[in-house]
Amino acid sequence: MSRIRSDATREPAAPTLETAPARETAPSAGRVLLRGRTVVPGVVEGEALVSHETISGWGGIDPAAGTIIEPRHELFGVCFTGKILVFPGAKGSSGWSGFFQTTRLLGTAPIGMVFAVTTTKAALGAVVTRVPALSDLDGDPVALLRTGDVVRLDATAGTVALLHPAPGTGADR
Amino acid sequence: MILTDTERAMRDGAEGPAVAAAMDLLVRYGEALDAEGLCEVRNVAGTTTQPSPAKARLVAEGGWDKAFSVINLDSDEDLEIPPMAVPTCQLQQGFGPDSVGTVPYPADFVALQSDAEVFYGRRGVSILATCTPYQVGNLPVRGEHCAWMESSAVVYANSVLGARTNCEGTASTGAASLTGRVPCWGNHHDRHRRGTHLVRVDTPVATFQDWGLLGYFVGDVVQEARPVVTGAHALPDLTDLKHFGAAAASSGGVEMYHVPGVTPEAPTVEAAFGGQPVPEAVVFGEAERRATYARLNDQGSSTDVDFVLLGCPHASLDQIRDAARALEGRRLHDGTELWIMAPRALAVVAERSGYTAVIEAAGAKVLTDSCPAMSRTAPPGTRVFATDSAKQAHYLPAILGIEAWFGTTAECVDAAVTGRWRGELR
Repeated sequence: MSRIRSDATREPAAPTLETAPARETAPSAGRVLLRGRTVVPGVVEGEALVSHETISGWGGIDPAAGTIIEPRHELFGVCFTGKILVFPGAKGSSGWSGFFQTTRLLGTAPIGMVFAVTTTKAALGAVVTRVPALSDLDGDPVALLRTGDVVRLDATAGTVALLHPAPGTGADR
Repeated sequence: MILTDTERAMRDGAEGPAVAAAMDLLVRYGEALDAEGLCEVRNVAGTTTQPSPAKARLVAEGGWDKAFSVINLDSDEDLEIPPMAVPTCQLQQGFGPDSVGTVPYPADFVALQSDAEVFYGRRGVSILATCTPYQVGNLPVRGEHCAWMESSAVVYANSVLGARTNCEGTASTGAASLTGRVPCWGNHHDRHRRGTHLVRVDTPVATFQDWGLLGYFVGDVVQEARPVVTGAHALPDLTDLKHFGAAAASSGGVEMYHVPGVTPEAPTVEAAFGGQPVPEAVVFGEAERRATYARLNDQGSSTDVDFVLLGCPHASLDQIRDAARALEGRRLHDGTELWIMAPRALAVVAERSGYTAVIEAAGAKVLTDSCPAMSRTAPPGTRVFATDSAKQAHYLPAILGIEAWFGTTAECVDAAVTGRWRGELR
């Protein structure tokens, strides 16, 4: 058996728990909404950005700006930098992972990923973006989470906990 | 994930630090997929030479060794890159020196790519410079495990050739080229190659355009699942299936499909589903055909066409010959350009066959190595483009911020000659 090396030994992509904006909530707080399988271990807290549609890498994002650029996409023009990206899965070109790796190199990466369907594009993309990532969940992440929710993604333990619901949304999910 | 003794030795540095870094990436990636282990591959199609601003910076810092380490192995170490361990080719990339004067592609990128070709050629990377390696001599046999990227090539390799590859990425193909390994997951397993959806074609599907429309529809319906296509379709040729797969891998993430009686792993509908119950059919009828056409054409309002693009994925010889026939004796509209993208090896044949001379006499160009979407470039001032490729119509508006028209090859040639879009679905 081989174990992957700890994510902490690698240069992180984006703010980690230590450098992320401070939250009033203690790390252990929040109700666990989702449990899933570790794709990339690590822990991060931050705002969720929820896409109900699958996301393209190449031809779907601008890595320099950290934005979605597909004109017909629900998040067209929206920036994912510093957000926990919640999406059904990856679609389109095999450039997916390379484009998300570039967001890390250019400092525009999301700080975490939660996706419903495991594909090679999304899995390799999360690995080379080097952010905590979770998949194969026990619920539908894009139905349970809302853009603006502050969540704690513990990809090592395999949980997503809701710390503060997005303004105007309830916590009773 | 379980590693063999050989793989563990690679990871532990027995074959040097670059191979160790490659194995480290494959282990991280395999764990991310929950793969049980790795499988041996002897055919890698990846991307190493394509210029980008991030890559230019890395090359300036530490040469191509550094660029490969960071981008193709996801390693922070300073590694010396050894020769490729298994046969490896370079897919489509940026534009080369022969495009200068035609394509407004940065001169520093042209030079950077030429430099890369020397570096990687010396390490055993065949510079095929096309998104269609299967058109120019890279034809894996049925059942062969490969590590390919380029979604349109992956879907072709799995579905039409019966080879076995996932839709790999830049880092996984880089790591595979130095180790001859890739996670044994997904399309490498029989159980993940069987059909999941039945699509019944109820309206005639016979032309190149029809196959693109059907592919774009199917990809949207099944996303990353595995469609089985039956019904009122004619026998497709290489060019039709190239268009179908590329379209299905653009609107969705299709990596494997079956056309019973045509593709090798589906002698029958029942075989395509591997003995599992055949699901209820999704119908592609005339209404679906028209809706798909409308969706591909909802990105255009101005009918003044500046630019026409043929050959996505890279054109077959048949497509180049057909374009030459359509252009023979005609002249492009002043202010409208027409580019035909082709594999360099086929461009040589097209030139020898006299097709290129006819195309150039009309004022159009046969170009190689790249495409407007890969290189983010089009003729200066392009606002509206037309193409016969569902994939290019899907991507180019997002990449270049321009309007798109999708039609037949003949309609595209007409637009290049008149400067006006007059396409309609027949």
